[in-house]
Amino acid sequence: MDFLIFKAPMLMVQASLDGILLGILFALIAYGMALQWGVMNIINIAQGDLVILGGYIAYTMYLAGIHPAWGVIVSPIIMYFVGWALYKLVINKVVDRDLFISILATFGIAIVFQQLMNFIFGADVVVAQSEYGTTMLFDNSVTLPNSKIFSAFISVLYAIALVVYMKKSRLGRAIRATAQNARAAKILGVDTEKVYAATFGINAALCGIAGALISITLTLHPYVGLPYTVRSFMIVIVAGLGNLPAVAISGMGLGLFEEFADYILGTEFRIGAVFMLLVFILVYRRFKLSKKREYLK
Amino acid sequence: MNKLVKLFTIFISAITLTLASISSSFAKVEGEYIVLGSAISLTGKYSSNGVHTQNGYNMAVERINKMGGVKVGGKSYKFEIIYYDDESNPKRAAQLAERLIKQDGVHYMLGPYSSGLTKAIAPVTEKYKIPMVEANGASRSLFTKGYKYLFAVLSPANQYLEVAIDLAVEKNGGKPVKIAQAFEQDAFSQDVRLGILDAAKRTGSKIIIDDKLPKELNDMAATLAKVKATKPDVLVVSGHTKGALTAIRQISEMKVDVPMLAMTHCDAAKLSKQHGKKSEYALCASQWHKNLSYKDKFFGSGKKYDKDFKKEFGYAPPYQSAESSAALLVFKDAFERANSFDRDKVRDALKTTEMQTFYGNIKFGPGGQNTAKPMILFQVRCKGDVCENKVVAPTKWASDKFFHPIPKWSERS
Repeated sequence: MDFLIFKAPMLMVQASLDGILLGILFALIAYGMALQWGVMNIINIAQGDLVILGGYIAYTMYLAGIHPAWGVIVSPIIMYFVGWALYKLVINKVVDRDLFISILATFGIAIVFQQLMNFIFGADVVVAQSEYGTTMLFDNSVTLPNSKIFSAFISVLYAIALVVYMKKSRLGRAIRATAQNARAAKILGVDTEKVYAATFGINAALCGIAGALISITLTLHPYVGLPYTVRSFMIVIVAGLGNLPAVAISGMGLGLFEEFADYILGTEFRIGAVFMLLVFILVYRRFKLSKKREYLK
Repeated sequence: MNKLVKLFTIFISAITLTLASISSSFAKVEGEYIVLGSAISLTGKYSSNGVHTQNGYNMAVERINKMGGVKVGGKSYKFEIIYYDDESNPKRAAQLAERLIKQDGVHYMLGPYSSGLTKAIAPVTEKYKIPMVEANGASRSLFTKGYKYLFAVLSPANQYLEVAIDLAVEKNGGKPVKIAQAFEQDAFSQDVRLGILDAAKRTGSKIIIDDKLPKELNDMAATLAKVKATKPDVLVVSGHTKGALTAIRQISEMKVDVPMLAMTHCDAAKLSKQHGKKSEYALCASQWHKNLSYKDKFFGSGKKYDKDFKKEFGYAPPYQSAESSAALLVFKDAFERANSFDRDKVRDALKTTEMQTFYGNIKFGPGGQNTAKPMILFQVRCKGDVCENKVVAPTKWASDKFFHPIPKWSERS
């Protein structure tokens, strides 16, 4: 236990801002997961690996001399097709089976992706440089990397665009209809097969954006996808499916929680704290649900 | 149909038998070849360093074979290595070690890459009494288990950054310093940490931040914010390549001013290339540098090794390759002194090794660690946009002066 953070108000500000900026990025990944979970009832274990693959696309551009920030445009386009192809190859075979099968399938995809990325991009840890500099507040005592601000800004932008798209476009309406009741949507002429493929593609595209942002804010390595899967799973569990504001808030909440756990419990318990929180929330939800059932009786 | 099945069974058993007889003939010494075995990470998360290790081994095998081989009992033998890919997985590495020893009949082993995998293999080689010379497992715990058949050409992990603390104290006018440290939670990094604790105790220095980084972590912002608030004299970070890259990225972004920054894995992370000027002034521990003045008759000097390696493999040798090449020089020397292929005689010869290689002096302590070679420290220095690693300690080999303190970010261009 370390209470340094309570003695220095500036550390509190720093931790909060770091947490929120990071949380927004997590929320974007989680939103993709919530979307395809809601529509297809699939928990995608490979979510984090799609993120890392998106990051490697931006990194490849960086190596080719293009500014990696363009990755937030190129990466989702490529990743959309990767997602679409994944659906056609694997996911469509498990989409209406039970959850366990789909978890196994996506777990397999995760392993294949890790090895492929390792094979193509090598096992070295890599970073792309954005050279965006730093914003300093309160006489340099609080520093915010501009790359993190940029990534939060882009995440918000894409999230808004997606919400509008879901509300206004034909495909967006079809996706929402399928999420509500796939059979009814099918009867009313929605090509659910197409909707599923598009949903998985959109999810992969969101991962691609997040990955490109991670390449300039954090580090990339073929085997670091899992923590992103776990975080987005948690955010979705807390926020529920198909509720963007809740996803955003619980994303930021998770970011804050992580930062504060880091300061107070120590860095070694940061990820551990996230898992503890997950267990706690699952137990709490069950507890609440069982109470509700009793009430209904 | 029945006949077909019978025929098929006979066919299969014939093949199995032939294979079995072939593999059992792969004994310790085959004709003019001395067969060594190694499980090595060619895929998985250690694959890049695994390949560096393999290249180091291969380079030495080729060189020794070309220059007359190993002379035992008046006859000249050549080295040959059987490799298996351990997929960076300790369990697999231990299985493969068993396979090398029991099926392939290997009697002498070369180490895998990383402390973790060496730890997995060492109990196996120990059980079968197989001498293993390893070049990439530096964890201190390898040398405290009383292993009798394990020999490491590299300096143990706790020595990596001890020198840095001494240097910080020296720069502080001999007075104790305030240390902030962040180490990944793995065998190697925690051993580096133990070394720092020893050095702190010895010099009376105080550790004001002592963070442990989980291995999934790629964000050190909280640690660095604490560093900013507490202003230590020296910041020590060790977390493999990810730790080094994350630290430099966030130190530069958060404009953390510390007078001295000491790290490990800078060259494996290609720090000066990936982060350029942001990594300037970082002090890095290394097992080897091409500018050291050690010599041997096979590779000449470090500089010559660097040149030959580049020619062969197309990239500059990281220290992982150099130490791996040195492992074979040690084996050759031991075989010749034992003048026998008896495993215990070879082991006894290994135990009394005392030699100089291009990589450094080698002499094994009671636990099998190399006690004759000090660690070196280099500092990243930049000229324009080109950054290079310059040896700054120990003074005997220093090509440049240690730059201290690190200028503030506001003064750096």
